Amino acid sequence: MKKQLISLRVNGRDREDAVADNMLLVDYLRDQLGLTGTKQGCDGGECGACTVLVDGRPRLACCTLVQSVDGCSVETVESLSHNGRLSALQQAFHEKLGTQCGFCTPGMLMASEALLRQNPDPDVDAIKGALAGNLCRCTGYVKIIESVQSAATNREIAP
Amino acid sequence: MSLLNEFRFIRPETTAQAVTALAGSTDTRVLCGGTDLLPNLRRGLVSPGALVDVSRLESLQQISWEDDRLTLGAAITLEELANEPRLNRHFPALVKAILSVAGPSHRAAASLGGNLCQDTRCIFYNQSDWWRRSNDYCLKYRGELCHVMPKGDRCYATYHGDIAPVLMALGAQIDIIGPGGSRRLPLDGLYQENGSHHLSLEPGELVSTIILPRHVQWHSGYEKVRVRDAIDFPLAGVAAALRREGDTLAQLRLVVTGTNSIPIRVDLSQLEGGTWSDEAAEEMAKAIRKAVNVLKTTVTGPKYRRRVVMAMAKRLVSQLWQQAA
Repeated sequence: MKKQLISLRVNGRDREDAVADNMLLVDYLRDQLGLTGTKQGCDGGECGACTVLVDGRPRLACCTLVQSVDGCSVETVESLSHNGRLSALQQAFHEKLGTQCGFCTPGMLMASEALLRQNPDPDVDAIKGALAGNLCRCTGYVKIIESVQSAATNREIAP
Repeated sequence: MSLLNEFRFIRPETTAQAVTALAGSTDTRVLCGGTDLLPNLRRGLVSPGALVDVSRLESLQQISWEDDRLTLGAAITLEELANEPRLNRHFPALVKAILSVAGPSHRAAASLGGNLCQDTRCIFYNQSDWWRRSNDYCLKYRGELCHVMPKGDRCYATYHGDIAPVLMALGAQIDIIGPGGSRRLPLDGLYQENGSHHLSLEPGELVSTIILPRHVQWHSGYEKVRVRDAIDFPLAGVAAALRREGDTLAQLRLVVTGTNSIPIRVDLSQLEGGTWSDEAAEEMAKAIRKAVNVLKTTVTGPKYRRRVVMAMAKRLVSQLWQQAA
């Protein structure tokens, strides 16, 4: 299989990699870079577990070719914590029990992260809209919405 | 490791290069956002030799407002369109339809042209390879029999796009570019009633531009029902646009999605010139029943979808009639 060189930024670090034309972003992140935080769920764009940020916007890594993010900035769930400290959003998911089995959590976090960057004080409808593409089979969503609300409040307090 | 068949990824720098790449081989496909094509590739429903990524072509990204029309590039993402402030002011029904397409992470990638050209769907088609193999492949892919209509002579997979019906109700035209140059036609002309070949595009052609006339006195709307209300294709959807003059229904356009292999326009010219009443609504329901061909292509049965289309249409047109007063 022919490979082409791409250059992109992953979690703030510039990279150049030779990748096959038919490689999906989720496989590149998980298998080539070892960033297994991004989860592969339904494989069809229905569950949102593979949500990552491409140039700040939420995208489904299982429905995206890595060639098509050449030159872009990709952020995964691994970028959220700093020096072992959880981000305000992660902390909120932890404290408000927004995560149970945890499989949907990376996708939920990245979709919520995209929302909070654009709308630091979202109401419940805005949160539901931003997470519309993310399935969770454990929480019933109530605790996830509470987590995002709590994170929004804490981000405002944090310097 | 990758589940995808091998293909070449081509990123042209101009539309001319894109057309040349597409025209070069019959198994080359256009890629833009990939939200429709890539899941189908993963399921082995299409196996192109090459994909031509047009998502970064600047000439397909233009939005231009003129006095009498709005011109939209086919590669603009649905997210960008929904965020265009003037669009909601002038075409609220279009923005409603756009925001009802999938979820935010799809809309950040999915393009307008890609949405119009999305593949038809069917419960016997949108399945994994092992499912389809064990059930015998269907007419749309490798098989010899349409499982929905075994006595039929074509594939009956249904078109489930949300945006095309609204654009058709608003009288949109499209530009298609290809090896033979550019041609303009009403959006209706893009579709043909055959589930396995529902687009009239010739080899090497792609939709480049969508042109919307700016009518002042028209009132338009879009309604859909779906299984999963957060994100889903329409089980059925109805777009309507009407013009009211006093108590007269001057013009009424109605387009239904999710029932046929094309977004189907229902001829309601017999109602124009009259007024909107319960009788007119019944007559419209009859016309819809005649035009739509609801079969067992979704998880919900045909009877429900046929009835819900008529109910939605009545509700929507009544709302628009009130709005226009």
